Amino acid sequence: MGFYFAQLLTGLANASSLFLIASGLSIIFGVTRIVNFAHGSFYMVGAYLAYTIVTALNGGIFGFWFSIIAAAAIVGVIGLLIEMTILRRIYRAPELFQLVATFGVVLIFQDATLAIWGAEDLLGPRAPGLDRAVRIMGEPIPEYDLALIAIGPAVLAGIWLLFHKTRWGVLVRAATEDREMVGALGVNQAWLFSAAFVLGAFLAGLGGALQIPREAVSLQMDLSIIGEAFVVVVIGGMGSVSGAFVAAVLISVLNAFAILIFPQISIVLPFIVMAVVLILRPYGLFGKPGSEHVGTEEPEQPLKLMSQKSTMVLLAAVMVLAFSPAVTADFTSILLVDVMVATLFAVSLHFMMGIGGMVSFGHAAYFGVGAYAAAMMVKFLGFGMLPAMLLAPFFAAAAALFFGWFCVRLSGVYLAMLTMAAAQILWGVTFQWQAFTGGDDGILGVWPAEWASSDKVYFYIAFVLCLGGIWFLRRVAHSPFGYTLRGIRDSQTRAEAIGVDTKFHQWMGFVVAGSLAGLAGVVFAFSKGSVFPDTLGIAQSIDGLIMVLLGGIHALAGPIFGAVAFVMIEDWVTRLDYWRFIFGGIILVVVLLAPDGIAGGVNRLIRAILPNQKGGAA
Amino acid sequence: MSPVLSVRNLSKNFGGIKAVQDVNFDVAKGEFLALIGPNGAGKTTCFNMLNGYLKPNSGGSVQLNGKELLGTPPRKIWRMGVGRTFQITETFLSMTVLENIQMALISHHRRVFDMFSRATRLYVDEAMALLDLVSMSEHAERACSELAYGDLKRLELAIALAHEPALLLMDEPTAGMAPSERIALMALTADIVQREGVSVVFTEHDMDVVFAHSHRILVLNRGELIAEGTGDEIRANPTVQEVYLGGGTLFEDKKEAANA
Amino acid sequence: MTMIRRTVLGALAALPLMGFGPQVAQAADTIVIGEVNSYTRLPAFTEPYKKGWQLAIEQINAAGGIDGKQLEVISRDDTGDPATAIRIAEELVAKEGAVLIFGTFLSNIGLAVSDFAQQKQVLFLASEPLSDAIVWSKGNKYTYRLRPSTHMQAAMLAEQAAKLDAVKWATVAPNYAYGHDAVKAFKSELSKLRPDVEFVEEQWPPVFKIDAGSTVRALEASKPDAIFNVTFGGDLAKFVREGSLRFLFEDRAVASLLTGEPEYLHPLGNETPDGWIVTGYPPADIDTDSHNAFAKAYTDKFGEAPKTGSIVGYNSVLAIAAALTKAGSTDTEALLAAMEGLEVTDSPTGPFMFRAADHQSTMGAYVGKTALVDGEPKMVDWTYADGAAYLPSEEEAAKLRPAE
Repeated sequence: MGFYFAQLLTGLANASSLFLIASGLSIIFGVTRIVNFAHGSFYMVGAYLAYTIVTALNGGIFGFWFSIIAAAAIVGVIGLLIEMTILRRIYRAPELFQLVATFGVVLIFQDATLAIWGAEDLLGPRAPGLDRAVRIMGEPIPEYDLALIAIGPAVLAGIWLLFHKTRWGVLVRAATEDREMVGALGVNQAWLFSAAFVLGAFLAGLGGALQIPREAVSLQMDLSIIGEAFVVVVIGGMGSVSGAFVAAVLISVLNAFAILIFPQISIVLPFIVMAVVLILRPYGLFGKPGSEHVGTEEPEQPLKLMSQKSTMVLLAAVMVLAFSPAVTADFTSILLVDVMVATLFAVSLHFMMGIGGMVSFGHAAYFGVGAYAAAMMVKFLGFGMLPAMLLAPFFAAAAALFFGWFCVRLSGVYLAMLTMAAAQILWGVTFQWQAFTGGDDGILGVWPAEWASSDKVYFYIAFVLCLGGIWFLRRVAHSPFGYTLRGIRDSQTRAEAIGVDTKFHQWMGFVVAGSLAGLAGVVFAFSKGSVFPDTLGIAQSIDGLIMVLLGGIHALAGPIFGAVAFVMIEDWVTRLDYWRFIFGGIILVVVLLAPDGIAGGVNRLIRAILPNQKGGAA
Repeated sequence: MSPVLSVRNLSKNFGGIKAVQDVNFDVAKGEFLALIGPNGAGKTTCFNMLNGYLKPNSGGSVQLNGKELLGTPPRKIWRMGVGRTFQITETFLSMTVLENIQMALISHHRRVFDMFSRATRLYVDEAMALLDLVSMSEHAERACSELAYGDLKRLELAIALAHEPALLLMDEPTAGMAPSERIALMALTADIVQREGVSVVFTEHDMDVVFAHSHRILVLNRGELIAEGTGDEIRANPTVQEVYLGGGTLFEDKKEAANA
Repeated sequence: MTMIRRTVLGALAALPLMGFGPQVAQAADTIVIGEVNSYTRLPAFTEPYKKGWQLAIEQINAAGGIDGKQLEVISRDDTGDPATAIRIAEELVAKEGAVLIFGTFLSNIGLAVSDFAQQKQVLFLASEPLSDAIVWSKGNKYTYRLRPSTHMQAAMLAEQAAKLDAVKWATVAPNYAYGHDAVKAFKSELSKLRPDVEFVEEQWPPVFKIDAGSTVRALEASKPDAIFNVTFGGDLAKFVREGSLRFLFEDRAVASLLTGEPEYLHPLGNETPDGWIVTGYPPADIDTDSHNAFAKAYTDKFGEAPKTGSIVGYNSVLAIAAALTKAGSTDTEALLAAMEGLEVTDSPTGPFMFRAADHQSTMGAYVGKTALVDGEPKMVDWTYADGAAYLPSEEEAAKLRPAE
């Protein structure tokens, strides 16, 4: 009995840590609708700052707690700077665009932290006065765990008081429910947003600082927490702080007990819980309908077929690409294959997000299934390259058929997070099931057939498949099927009222996007000769997301611009020291110069140079 | 002649509250029928049961030309020949005016899964004809998001007529419009339905609109049908007078309409 | 300031690489070597490694290079992604004219590059990855590995663990191939030496995401006599702290893989557990001429003591230099022939060779116990375990490899 009680307390202590970071994320989303990837960075910087201040002060109990608060406050100020210098300028950008800016911030923070604090993990002191364990029912429980168990609910109570007893808090709640109303009441929205962002950053910093007595401060802290923090926010219901608390307790306590029975489960448990919760409750435990929306919704301009001139430019570009192997070296062909794969992947994601209005944080699932299906057909079934290439996308389609059925029942961020859960569960299975998938050692030796093994020949295979895929998706975008998808995105009610089975149609859109992502995965697998679970991972999904958003979600050419720019810039900057800093900086510059994405920026540039031309990038 | 729409024993409870009780009526071909009543009378509930968004209590029946509508999802009700417009317009804002109509036609011709044709090249003539009907053809190439509200209303009407419906359901068709526009829109609607032989059921706050255009009026109060008849009959009906005088105004309904 | 200047200069220098023209021929008096590693993903381990190979290159070039030719390493960051690593390897070979590739830390990247090496027929020296698969189940003609593998290091620990009284063992390892391989190797080696031991509990926390409190309690619940630990880095610090808070290590022996390496030991600071049996590297205490010279040169150049990565980086270049000298050519077939049974007669860790049968080097590791000496974490009572003693015989090893 004592054992299980102690396990419960351990779970609750973890829940408090998780809640602190998730609450800030939830508040920021609730008020500003920003999906803040940089939240993990705030958490990490809070921990580093606390480490520095604690060790510098070395001032006993008072010094310790002062350091924690001071570190959190500094993170709050950093949050304010980011909000005022970057995010404030792009609140009117299309939905989710701010996410790209926060991604840039993540990169910058990673290198800044490395430069300031060095690469080695830093183990801070234990909390003075709370540095031992006490026996409860005979079981040793760290005193600091008990302190955390108290701090979590105390912070929840503090937030509750702030939200219910102060004018500011009432406004924040009102803004979470209905942003336009607050604007109509004459409240200074910029001020409200800054304050919410600062509070969120402060809480993340506090969460990080409070980890000092529990773990070594490391450069992995940002990415290791952010996924779970999002999961907690989503399970609780976006914007609901008390929901985040319940979700943090649920996840942590479940994990504490689950590892007694099935130790391997930790890796995917939060995502399984999230998937189950979302399937049963489409807005999370405490979320309200309407809490799923992201960013401002400005209507998109109608699609246009390309003008004759733009068609000529496009054909010329394709011709240049087609003849590039004749004049460039082999490695350039290889880079261009990567560019084409990334572009097809981004275009397929755009088909789902831009055309279909279904945001995905887990599109890599279908890319990875395509890659793995091809690799396994070659390795285990002895298929040749071409049959594997032709068949593998159907496996991606099947995966999309299965997961899509659940996903299209949701909308907005909840849909996005369910796609992420699907991808993470697939990733976890691939990662664990060594006998079948090779685990994280992957599958090796998936090289092109003999006749296609030269870099130039493979370039043309990739050229045909990737450009064919892109052409197909573009064609579908202009077809009744694509128009209907856009119609459903614009108005589900109207689509239903003209006889469209909206869920079924979205489902099929999901499958089309997934299949083409699978095709990209197939081309990828043979170009690299090996596949690893990374192909299904969050990083792959996020890269795609950044390409689509950076390129401009409202233009068909957006993902093409985004993918080409992303791959080429990354290939260039990774040659440099502190390249993440530079890459992050480039992203921020693009974000600030072109809040409508690269496609929008290019269009405006063309119009500025040739005032009588209409931009043809749609 | 058998009625286009026949409603029998339509009821709906929300928990213990009887929102609609035992409503019965018929709609004849080409008839322009108004459904009115004070706020909370059950108009919207009634309407949403007709178009498939709400599931009524069991035992009732709604038949369109003899086919049962109840239990059918909205998109199938549309296929059976019921068009509809919304209190707040629902159109595809990222498309042009013409494309909005084309979408309805594409769906009507069951081509939404066509992945190869150019959507903008399909049914152009039919779509233009529909736009002509509502005098919108000069706006055909404009982005829907740029339209004035009155134009959106007319566009929606054209969309609703695209599949040559037998019945048109219009929920507060003039809500949010200037008084002069209201009369114009309803005159247009009345004109079209007469020409096309479509039956219309609409709910409306503006009594000027109701009395000017409806052939027949149904009055709901507390979920029950309390009166039925032509404009003059309703105006003279003492029960209706009582209900409306108790709840506000009958013949100068501006305040209520403004609050809607 | 220097950082910014370096960055700007680096940026300018790199710009021409964007060009798409065919490669410029390398100057005839340099030999270009390609290097790939996870510099941004795992800087704590790859920075000392980079310094190690930089020192060796500098020393070799100062001494006149190889046959009068200077060595030039072109080093790139793989960003922790196998696909990127392959693209870079291709570019290093095709564009920069690298005669061979070395490096990598993460096992999956090591495997990806080794597969690439086989496909493109170029020599790859896997410096750091520990995975047994690199030389055994997925070994190939073109790939050699320097560092003592998971299996070797686990066998070194098993040898010491077998001397304990402990019968009931629990294991805790990160949930990926490295953890799985380590636990499997430790179990089989220990069971060979001590058929009476039983394994009563396994914990598999996700790598870098350990829920240390719950893991410690789950281990405690099985009441083992001893624990075999494979966690490292941030997970290790958390595990140590939670474990000592909750008395997990009271009266329990712990055998811990790699924990004696300065990269992992140093961050534990004054919480370093006492008496854990570990593999690692005690840089300050090795008193051989070769090591003293290396340690002094390293400390003079970088202002810090060498770490395990430094040794691996340094020895990688020594091995490459030996191979180039022996081959007398930069031709891949000549290099492959040179690598078979290549002996490096003098290195800071002593002599080692590359076995022809399985391409594994016999470079060893230091086995000892952890302790706090004057407030500093250290390895004490250590001995050097020569890798050759912990490898299966060459005949057996050859059977572990796929048929060529």
